[in-house]
Amino acid sequence: MIKFTNVFKAFPKGGLALKDVSFHVAKGEFAFLTGHSGAGKSTVMKLIYAEERPTSGEVRVSGYNVNEMRPREVPRLRRKLGIVFQDFRLLEDRTAEENVAFALEVTGARSSTIAARVMRVLTQVGLAAKAQAYPRELSGGEQQRVAIARALVNEPTVLLADEPTGNLDERATRGVFQLLRDINASGTAVVMATHDLDLVRQAPYRVIELQEGALVYDSAVDEARDQAAAP
Amino acid sequence: MNLTFREAILTFKRAPLLSVLSVTTIAFSLFVLGLFGLVVINLQDALHNVEERVEVVAYLLPGAPIEATAQALKDIEAFPEVQSATYVSEDDALARARAELVELRDVMQELERNPLPASIEVKLKPGFRDTDHVAAVAERMRGFGFVDDVRFGRDWVEKLDRLRGLAAAVGIVVGAAFAVVAIIIIGTTIRMAVLQRSREIAIMRLVGATDGFIRLPFLLQGAIKGLLGGMVAVGLSFAAFLLINRYLLQSAFFTQEQAVAIIAFGALIGLLGSTISVGRHLKRV
Repeated sequence: MIKFTNVFKAFPKGGLALKDVSFHVAKGEFAFLTGHSGAGKSTVMKLIYAEERPTSGEVRVSGYNVNEMRPREVPRLRRKLGIVFQDFRLLEDRTAEENVAFALEVTGARSSTIAARVMRVLTQVGLAAKAQAYPRELSGGEQQRVAIARALVNEPTVLLADEPTGNLDERATRGVFQLLRDINASGTAVVMATHDLDLVRQAPYRVIELQEGALVYDSAVDEARDQAAAP
Repeated sequence: MNLTFREAILTFKRAPLLSVLSVTTIAFSLFVLGLFGLVVINLQDALHNVEERVEVVAYLLPGAPIEATAQALKDIEAFPEVQSATYVSEDDALARARAELVELRDVMQELERNPLPASIEVKLKPGFRDTDHVAAVAERMRGFGFVDDVRFGRDWVEKLDRLRGLAAAVGIVVGAAFAVVAIIIIGTTIRMAVLQRSREIAIMRLVGATDGFIRLPFLLQGAIKGLLGGMVAVGLSFAAFLLINRYLLQSAFFTQEQAVAIIAFGALIGLLGSTISVGRHLKRV
């Protein structure tokens, strides 16, 4: 599904954002990407949605090779991904419903099916009642739910969430996290970058940790090794 | 297509101030261009009126045979440059002089003999009213045996030539300069509209919109702004034309085709400006 093989990424002004990073996230998996600010989490995310290309090494995402991708293929890859950010990135002058519908419209979906699909995901994230609200009329947690609904509406195989709870209070954080778990439970792979270790400890999911651009811990690999080493 | 159109229209609703500013900028840029256009067409009209008066006159020797004169008239009318040739008899010439030269009426009354010669007056077709053609026709008319003298006001025609050249040069240079300024101003305005929506463009890309999909509403919107700007410019020019006519001088306005051309030019600049601005923006981010 997502496969990094010996990936290096240089900063434009010199220095390395990623050093020899390799990991594989399987279909339907939930993986945390942890590390301090500047450890390279966002760079990994950007490589996955082809905003950046690796300097060396190989990045493969649901059948696409990000290294060799032509610009015209990038939108096609992104339609298979759902992306959620810390700052929500909603369009302020559109209602919740319009923000979600927007993601379908750009793919050329038939207008007759859009309304129903939008309502379904808004219901799924618990915001059906606020479909006509503008982002400024919603709380942070609600705005993030709209963003998640927008990410889900194209039925992605992977949901990428870059610090999705970074701007939220504790209660909203729990709600959004539970929503991501539910989404994963229904079969969508989730990659969530976060430095909220409480969240990470709460759930029995895979953890990939970055430090200064290097992968220093991968629970899937390290636990398997520990088990093999155990008597 | 439906969606493109909706998005293009929605922009006017979402960013009314910037939209009005764009249309106004386009309108005034084209208005300046239009005013200059009005000056040019009125100048051309004036020149044209002066040109109409370019004529070659052949004065005939006294007693030129009627048949030969009639034949010559036909021959001259057959010249490719000639629009019309008119025979003016001695009596006609005198009658005309009496009517036109009122101050000399008394002198004329006392004449015992008509001193004025008969003549053939030749008007040239448009496009042949310059020194070279006029001189060539005059030369050919001199070839008729009964022609005494041919006059066409060489100095005057030469001046007209120079004036025509000058008007054309000024028209092209100043017109091009105005057009370039209009294009730059309009391009900048459209660039502002694109920058204002850069966040939206970034989000569109994240959710998988193709560049073509992102571009289309901008192009349409640019064309619409240009079209509206062009219409306002023609309206302003018409208002200016009415004021000039009332208070300054009788002048001409654009023909329908010229007005449509100005509006189309506005739409074209709007389209071109957005194509360049959006293309640059999409390439950079």
